[in-house]
Amino acid sequence: MARIIGALATSHIPAIGGAIAKGLEQDPYWKPFFDGFGPARDWIGREKPDVAIVFYNDHGLNFFLDKMPTFAVGAAPEYRNDDEGWGIPTLPPFKGAPDLSWAIINHLVEREFDIVTCQEMLVDHAFTLPIKLFWPEGGGPLTVPVCINTVQFPLPSARRCVGLGRAVGEAVAAWDGDKKVVMIGSGGLSHQLDGQRAGFINKPFDLKFMQSMVDEPEWAAQYSIHELVEKTGTQGIELLNWLAARAAAPGPVHKVHSNYHIPISNTAAGMLALEAA
Amino acid sequence: MSALREIFGTTPFDGAMAQRGYALNKMCFSFNNAANRAAFRADEEAYMLAYGLNGEQAKAIRARDVLGLLTAGGNVYYLAKFAGILGLDVQDLGAAQTGMSKEAFKARLVAQNEQPETM
Repeated sequence: MARIIGALATSHIPAIGGAIAKGLEQDPYWKPFFDGFGPARDWIGREKPDVAIVFYNDHGLNFFLDKMPTFAVGAAPEYRNDDEGWGIPTLPPFKGAPDLSWAIINHLVEREFDIVTCQEMLVDHAFTLPIKLFWPEGGGPLTVPVCINTVQFPLPSARRCVGLGRAVGEAVAAWDGDKKVVMIGSGGLSHQLDGQRAGFINKPFDLKFMQSMVDEPEWAAQYSIHELVEKTGTQGIELLNWLAARAAAPGPVHKVHSNYHIPISNTAAGMLALEAA
Repeated sequence: MSALREIFGTTPFDGAMAQRGYALNKMCFSFNNAANRAAFRADEEAYMLAYGLNGEQAKAIRARDVLGLLTAGGNVYYLAKFAGILGLDVQDLGAAQTGMSKEAFKARLVAQNEQPETM
């Protein structure tokens, strides 16, 4: 039987990829961000998860407004990135876990989540950066991408994303693959790129949210999408991915490590590693 | 449905915006491809024409007017690919939208550390 060992979460600012490529991890600007990953990497090194399920949002690489799924699940043998319009380096493909993907797809539809399934899927920085950050030496896990629409409103409610995560966790727990599985939530924390409110950051909300991930994992689901945009910014709404990942690793957890740093690019950067108790 | 409380300086990218901005966003989505970026650089007017941008959208592209592009239905995730062609980062965009210098915008981000730690 598969075992869910915990949940990881991190912001996914595109500039992180450039900093890694240029070896700037100890540069004064980047050090407070990258240093936060040490204890999480040590934990991953000890636990050695075989598979990561990555809850993330596509930023207009794989999906356009012609067909915009609310939830999409990857079911491919491998996933490739692309330069996203900015010349981002093309990475070696990320290995998929199609058996697990289909176990998740079958269970989600049974639970009345009417998802889109993708046997071909480009993955953008929101998917690739968490893998690069948590497995900096390579040798990363098999992966299953779960994409949540944060581009075009209406977005799925926080409550619905919690439900999605919970159903993914059920599917994994029932899967007969003898693997250790870790959930990853990608995005946030508070930031806004567009409009006159660009640069918005909400530190007290972010810190409360990060604590709630440990001991009150549905706390943020009390808010509507509109309220969450108001409190976290138009891109801070990416916290939906954290909520889903945490719900997919149900039950009590203990915190391996957390880190919070303002700013990276325009963003309040958060990192959290939780071990299933 | 009751009207939602307005959030200062924020326009949720909803169905009305997605319809208004479709041609503009489709053009920007095409910039995922390097050959398309080169074609745009070679002849911006012809490229905009091929994607059917309306006058408001074309004017905002010509003027590199970020707020104008948003008003014309642009979505920031697609517009970011246009900004990439121009070599602009999100601090440049933030400064342009808030009427600040880039240095002032960056300093304001750093100053967010002074917010309280509890709600």
